[in-house]
Amino acid sequence: MNTALVIGASFGYLALLFGIAWWAEQRGRTKRSLVSNPWTYALSLAVYCTAWTYYGSVGRASVSGIEFAAIYIGPSLLAPLWYTVLRKLIRISKMQRISSIADLVSARYGSSSWLGGLVTVFSIIGIIPYISIQLKAVGTSFDLITTAPELLRAAPLLTDTTFYLTLGLAAFIILFGTRTLDATERHEGLVTAIAFESVVKLVAFLTVGLFVTYGLFNGFGDLFGRATERPELQRLFTLSGDGGPVRWSALILLSMMAFLLLPRQFQVAVVENLNERHTHKAMWIFPLYLLLINLFVLPIAFAGRLLLDPGVDADTYVLSLPLANGANGLALLTYLGGFSAATGMIIVATIALSTMLSNNLLMPLLLSLPAYRERGVQPKGALLLAVRRAGIVLILVLAYVYFRTVSSAAPLVSVGLVSFAAVAQFAPAVFGGIYWKRANRHGAVIGLVLGFAVWAFTLVVPGLIRSGLISPDLATHGLFGLEALKPHLLFGDLGFDPLTHAVFWSLLLNTAGFVLGALTFTQSSKERNQAEVFVDVFKYARAYESSIVWKGTAQTSELRRLLANFIETARAERALEQFARRNGIDLASDSADPRLVTYVERVLSGIIGAASARIMVSNVVKEEEIRLEEVFDILRGSQQLMALNKELRRKSEELDHLTQELRRVNEDLRRSDELKDEFLYTVTHELRTPLTSIRALSEILHDNPDIDEEQRQQFLATMVRETERLSRLIEQVLDLEKLESGKQKLNEGTVHLPTLVEEAVDSVGQLLRDKGISIQVDVQRNMRPILGDGDRIEQVMINLLGNAVKFCPEQGGRITVSCYYVDGEVKVHVTDNGPGVEPAIRKLIFDKFFQARQQHQRRNTSGSGLGLAICRNIVVLHGGRIWVESNGEQGARFSFTLPALSPKDQPEQA
Amino acid sequence: MNKVLIVDDDPGILMSIEFLVKKAGHQAFIARDGQEALAIYERESPRVVLLDIMMPGMDGYEVCERIRQHDRHPRPYIVFLSAKNRELDIKKGFTVGGDLYVTKPFSTRQLVDTINKAIQQP
Repeated sequence: MNTALVIGASFGYLALLFGIAWWAEQRGRTKRSLVSNPWTYALSLAVYCTAWTYYGSVGRASVSGIEFAAIYIGPSLLAPLWYTVLRKLIRISKMQRISSIADLVSARYGSSSWLGGLVTVFSIIGIIPYISIQLKAVGTSFDLITTAPELLRAAPLLTDTTFYLTLGLAAFIILFGTRTLDATERHEGLVTAIAFESVVKLVAFLTVGLFVTYGLFNGFGDLFGRATERPELQRLFTLSGDGGPVRWSALILLSMMAFLLLPRQFQVAVVENLNERHTHKAMWIFPLYLLLINLFVLPIAFAGRLLLDPGVDADTYVLSLPLANGANGLALLTYLGGFSAATGMIIVATIALSTMLSNNLLMPLLLSLPAYRERGVQPKGALLLAVRRAGIVLILVLAYVYFRTVSSAAPLVSVGLVSFAAVAQFAPAVFGGIYWKRANRHGAVIGLVLGFAVWAFTLVVPGLIRSGLISPDLATHGLFGLEALKPHLLFGDLGFDPLTHAVFWSLLLNTAGFVLGALTFTQSSKERNQAEVFVDVFKYARAYESSIVWKGTAQTSELRRLLANFIETARAERALEQFARRNGIDLASDSADPRLVTYVERVLSGIIGAASARIMVSNVVKEEEIRLEEVFDILRGSQQLMALNKELRRKSEELDHLTQELRRVNEDLRRSDELKDEFLYTVTHELRTPLTSIRALSEILHDNPDIDEEQRQQFLATMVRETERLSRLIEQVLDLEKLESGKQKLNEGTVHLPTLVEEAVDSVGQLLRDKGISIQVDVQRNMRPILGDGDRIEQVMINLLGNAVKFCPEQGGRITVSCYYVDGEVKVHVTDNGPGVEPAIRKLIFDKFFQARQQHQRRNTSGSGLGLAICRNIVVLHGGRIWVESNGEQGARFSFTLPALSPKDQPEQA
Repeated sequence: MNKVLIVDDDPGILMSIEFLVKKAGHQAFIARDGQEALAIYERESPRVVLLDIMMPGMDGYEVCERIRQHDRHPRPYIVFLSAKNRELDIKKGFTVGGDLYVTKPFSTRQLVDTINKAIQQP
């Protein structure tokens, strides 16, 4: 393919990254940040997938089969644990303004500049080869696509495209990675660009996968079918590779640790995290991403083995397959996908490493120079920026040199795994540090040094022997001629493959050193304090500012001057004032409050790292060693304060709750007031109707003495009837009022319900006969008496019977009454064959004056509209229920239950 | 003879007003609900309607509105006769087209006066 086109596409892509990063930063200033969502977060985590994944997985799969998947299974298995581990790392880092993994280790073990430097050096040694293989992948793929392989090693520096790409990346990283001094501030543009790159590499890889599976073959079935026909490929379906299940487990373990401990992963997962809650969603998005990007690894590997010349490097199958089939456009897309995978890793890794380099190695070194230590000179922010930028260039140059000299021969995956094994050495210090309070600086140093020594001896030395830099004698006779000290078989053969062997011994010795060191030596008080705050970070989260203990004397003006070196004076002043206000500290006093000292140290930590901040602050203050008991006392104090705060908040919530309750009660009162008004209105309205007749008729009789006798009798009879109605109404209103207010107590006694029902039926006998209604009574005679108010229950019965009579048709009226015992209660039904009750009003008819409000039903003059309301009150007072059922034309069935409580004087018989 | 329509669902009240109307020398018609009232109104075009409000089915307000829709000449004189005595109820009575609102219980002499005056209205 045309070289100029490929070069143009590469730089065009880089320009696009610049554009996206710039746009995201501009946007972040005005609108809602693009970075602040779980999708961007999860996609930025996918920087885990580098050129190693993109090209190397296929290469690995074509040799060792499904083994390649182990390093994706590890992080996926770990994902549920993010909820505790990752969240804890994020919380600690936000609180302590930690900017890298080296900073974390340094801060945990008492801002030790020693440890921070150690982790930095180890990281750089471990990661530079890893960056170099990204450059190699870019270089190789570039050569492959421009079909100029002979250029690769022969190209002088100035004609090597990779060199210019490296320069371009350096510019990008310096521009978007060192915008602000504060290393804990987010790089919005950068993270957006990384998330974008994750999309590009995924899309490109899936496209190649689809092209191979469905373009070159007829789907998965066809491809796998043809692969199984070849015995050497069939082997790849199983875990048979070099080390089998042992190696497979070692890889899973290694990748679990690497996912959190690789400097670039720590950068995106912890430092760039904007919201702890984003981890919740990322917990499933990220494993899903891994699944997708690995979907076509095996198909592409098989296709390469089946279709391509055996001489083709398996690491290039992804690109060679489209090229060999003349799909040039696709090849360019594939190339760009690989390019994005490589650049993403390089960018983030370089930023993470350069921050470590400047904050945890160079600055502490610089600060220990006599000029700074003795003459009281303080470095300025500009110097720090310059150091950091120089670090970026230095790291990229080292990686480029390594690429040109060493890494050209090694396969991508092997180099990557060696880096994994390097960062895995941080595991005891980091995880031990955040979960074990006794872990201390001495143990961490011993463990790290031991682990790294073993790592270098077992994994780096063999490579150097292979490339001829070290005599092969070492491999055959061992160090100092000792059999036990052979690099690839350190301490004898355990039957593991070399990587597993190295990981096993390095981590074992590392952990042992870490634990023994912690048990042997004691912590300094500063360390003890940090241990407490790290391990119990969720407990101290709120009272953090008062949980860091410091004792000594310092001058506020000195602290101000210190901050002003790195932060604009106005901003520094604002930050100090805010802190002082929040904690009730007097800034005017020249002797500084201890909390102010720790605050300034923390702000500085975010900018120049924990160790450097420690040095700078201790230069201007007079610190006193603090006794361990004092640390505990103060910590306990801050815990109590927190408990008190909690109590206060609880009280205030309670008060809130009470206020609401009061408002609700008030509302209820107002409503019940309204209901009472409504009730009174209805009562007076109901009273007025009979009163109207009585008054009108009596006036007529009074004014017309000559009225004829028959009419006079009729009027008088109506007046009597209306008067009775009036007094009945008044009685019922008073009765209901007594029942509802609870003034009316039940006059409880022994009631034999079957007898009571029959008496009630008898008492309405005349009514039944008048209307010609037939009645059927069906009671369970052998029922034991129950406890209740006989008169009241009879009142209910008569009322229900009266209603039934009222609603029975003029002809052929029929009423059924039944009464029986079931499940601890007595049930009574009164059924008529009247018009029935519509479903909508079945509940409402038990409300008082329902009849008066319900105008759709013919009003009957004898009813007051209170009968059923009274019935309900009586039944409920007995602890029973009352309801009505009705199915259309079949009439209504009123039922009520009463609990069958045995009267005390008649104990229940079995 | 002037026709007077009495609408109420209470027999005692109907009985007394019918007596009073006849005694005053008018012709009385009786309806026990809204539907019946409208039917009689259609047929007889009474001069005065005495109208209760709380009745089963159609209430007095609605009966009044429907009568007003007919636009007959001479315009009937509608007197609401109700136990509903709240400001709100009375206002509504006038809104739907009532000419007078008398609350129950009423004075029989005043009611007769009212009917007589209504009949003399143009």
